[in-house]
Amino acid sequence: MAIYFQKREVVVPGQLLAEGRYRPSYGTYDENGKIYSTLVGLAELRGNTVKVVALEGAYIPKEGDLVVGIITTVAGNNWKVDIGGPYGASLHANNALRRPYSDDISEYMDIGDVISAEVLAFDRQIGPFLSMKGRGLRVLEKGMLLDVSPAKIPRIIGRRGSMINMITDHLRIQTVVGQNGRIWIKAPDIASLRLTIKAIKTIETQAHTSNLTERINTMLAAEVAQLRPAAPSKKAGKKTEKQAEDEVAEVEQSADVGDETIEAVENDRDLESDMEDYLDEESETTASDDAEDESDDTVENEDVKK
Amino acid sequence: MSDFSSQTISHIDREFIAELLGKGERLDGRAFDQYRDIQVEANVVPAKAEGSALVRLGDTSVVAGVKVLVGEPYSDAPDEGVIMVTAEMSPIASPLFELGPPKEDAIELARIVDRGVRESEMVDAKKLCILEGKKVYMVFADVYPLEYDGNLIDASSIAVNVALLTTKFPEMKVEEKELVATGKILSLPVANIAVEHTIVKIGKHLILDPTLKEEFVQDCRLTMAIDEKNNFTALQKGGGTGAMSLSLIEQAMDMALVAGKDIRRKIDESVKAVK
Amino acid sequence: MSPETKPDYLISPEGLRVDGRRPDELRPVELKVGVLKQADGSASIRQGKTYIIAGVYGPRELHPRHLALNDKAYLRVVYRMATFSVPDRKKPAPSRREKEISMVIANALSPALFLEEFPRAVIDVFIQVIQADGGTRCASINAASLALADAGIPMRSLVPAVAVGKADGVIIVDLGDEEDKYGQGDVPIAILPPTDEITLLQQDGFFTRDELLEAIQMGIGSCKYLHELQKDALKRAYVRKTPDGEPVEEEDEFEDDLETDLGEADMPEEDE
Repeated sequence: MAIYFQKREVVVPGQLLAEGRYRPSYGTYDENGKIYSTLVGLAELRGNTVKVVALEGAYIPKEGDLVVGIITTVAGNNWKVDIGGPYGASLHANNALRRPYSDDISEYMDIGDVISAEVLAFDRQIGPFLSMKGRGLRVLEKGMLLDVSPAKIPRIIGRRGSMINMITDHLRIQTVVGQNGRIWIKAPDIASLRLTIKAIKTIETQAHTSNLTERINTMLAAEVAQLRPAAPSKKAGKKTEKQAEDEVAEVEQSADVGDETIEAVENDRDLESDMEDYLDEESETTASDDAEDESDDTVENEDVKK
Repeated sequence: MSDFSSQTISHIDREFIAELLGKGERLDGRAFDQYRDIQVEANVVPAKAEGSALVRLGDTSVVAGVKVLVGEPYSDAPDEGVIMVTAEMSPIASPLFELGPPKEDAIELARIVDRGVRESEMVDAKKLCILEGKKVYMVFADVYPLEYDGNLIDASSIAVNVALLTTKFPEMKVEEKELVATGKILSLPVANIAVEHTIVKIGKHLILDPTLKEEFVQDCRLTMAIDEKNNFTALQKGGGTGAMSLSLIEQAMDMALVAGKDIRRKIDESVKAVK
Repeated sequence: MSPETKPDYLISPEGLRVDGRRPDELRPVELKVGVLKQADGSASIRQGKTYIIAGVYGPRELHPRHLALNDKAYLRVVYRMATFSVPDRKKPAPSRREKEISMVIANALSPALFLEEFPRAVIDVFIQVIQADGGTRCASINAASLALADAGIPMRSLVPAVAVGKADGVIIVDLGDEEDKYGQGDVPIAILPPTDEITLLQQDGFFTRDELLEAIQMGIGSCKYLHELQKDALKRAYVRKTPDGEPVEEEDEFEDDLETDLGEADMPEEDE
């Protein structure tokens, strides 16, 4: 039995990862009792399972994925939806509208409309098929769309939404993060929007590095402090009562979007068991470092949740 | 607009760009009359091409190369060399470019860039004659896009200009019916330099050097070739079915005149860099 | 347009080639990954004076639909030489030679790819030769392998390739332009390093049986060396960098989680 890689080593296709009674998982193949990588990515050992975390790749739909799509065609009772990747999606009117509905479904959603939807079913022979019946799924209006590499989306969302929530908190924006690498952003002003894009692009290029959450947090705190010197970001410390009230009001307004962000994270439920190792490490650091600063926030958030 | 019929621009993108423009903003923060960052490198194919240049205009990049061959002149211009400029929309440059013979927009690109060189009489064809009626120099400049993020025309124009200006080829003469190299190295006889400037109309706004997303929502496009003396040597309205008022056209012309100076300076610098 | 003349000798009395190389020596090779922003994956190669850029799009939807395969992705390679990449300008339209080379490159790459992962889709490999100085189909394969990996296409391994030849009776590796034109033979070869299986093999010229086997052996050896350069180029593109661009040392503690399951996640139950 032998393992031939370091934790989180960048491996390349054809690289020998392990030999012996190991189980090949995502991003690997086995031949003659040896496990090789199929991708450029980070090699991981979980128990006796060897897998490679992809650093690039097209979007391949999974059931339950939240996606941001653009309607390209209306055909009978179906909309054809572009979700990126090699497989175009279909949305049937029964999965989006309440009956009865008009014969001409373009009355409800037409070519060029941007939607958030869920992947209902997909196998590589047909589909994917989408649904908009879930909570918060809708036609998205205003805002802007940003395309990123789908492999980086889990990093952009972060563990239980930690990364994306941190960004939306700092910049007071609404987002819908599609697993297909398309992100809808609605920002109060162009400066916040540019910072959002900068943060997301930074995560994209540095997705394979560690301490990223902290770096982005620091960067945003500094940039926001420059933008709004009168209203320092949460990282800086206590707020005035007025600022606190404003923030509560904003959080209430973005409740809908908060749901979507939560949904996006819930779709990663498969990953949660993987995350447990790291969860303990981080929660300790966070608690001790930010205990004082965060205490006010925690109280307010709980109020809102009622 | 080019024929990207399989591409749907979303309402969000369309409205967002319009909204930004209404506030005097562009997505990348540029002014309406500002070019993206331009990088030019001459002589990138030193072993096989007589002249070449790689141009980056923001995230758009093209490579142009010049071949100087000896051949027969056209029968109606027996004492003139031949100059031919082509460009293609290679699929390597964009998911939007399809495989296959050039479609209308590719042909338009090639012809616009060609006209930019030809109409300005940039290269003095009469000085490219070796033996009248029999042998002349034939100058081929060909452009290959590598990355497409809008405005291939201007990027190609800059690349072709730099490639032609840095072209070096061996002097040939006819000795006893044989072509013989004299041993001397020549540059192309350049009489003028004209560069293309592309301005697009979106709603009531004019913006210079569109990115891809801006091209998607443009109503139409105006490309102008301007030479060293600020003459307009070629003009083409295209890229969409929108119409432009005369006053808007005047505005565009003035925008191009101002932008032209900077671009010609950049070209000058990159040519000097390889001398 | 500089007239090309045949060199007086291809192997000097000292046993060196026209550019001073030994028979088993490769030209200087420079590989870069991620050179194009639009393509899903890309790489460039300089091998001596040969300079080629490869761009990969895919897997993506295939148009026209009738080319789609039900059980796997369709691999489409388009090898194109720039008109100015050769001394006698090449005509712009695709030539028969380019079409044949496109197919040969596709055949060299496809055993390495898990095409079954993407039925109905297409994987497009575009190869743009910017400067051609011998060995372009092999250099193209070297770059295309990297571009495919850069695009996240699952592969059995990278595919290194090299052209072996014969000049003045001597078997030589990595043919330059003159050796290709004026030599006695050309054997382009590509392999899958984990198993040493050959995915590309062509031959022209005159070789005895032993000479040919020797050429193939030398080719395999050089391919293995190129493979190391390929792996290195790929890793370099992803070296862990801090924002200042300095590589960081490996850390024992990782605060963030990087797990992603793109595609069909296959996560069996933990054994512990």
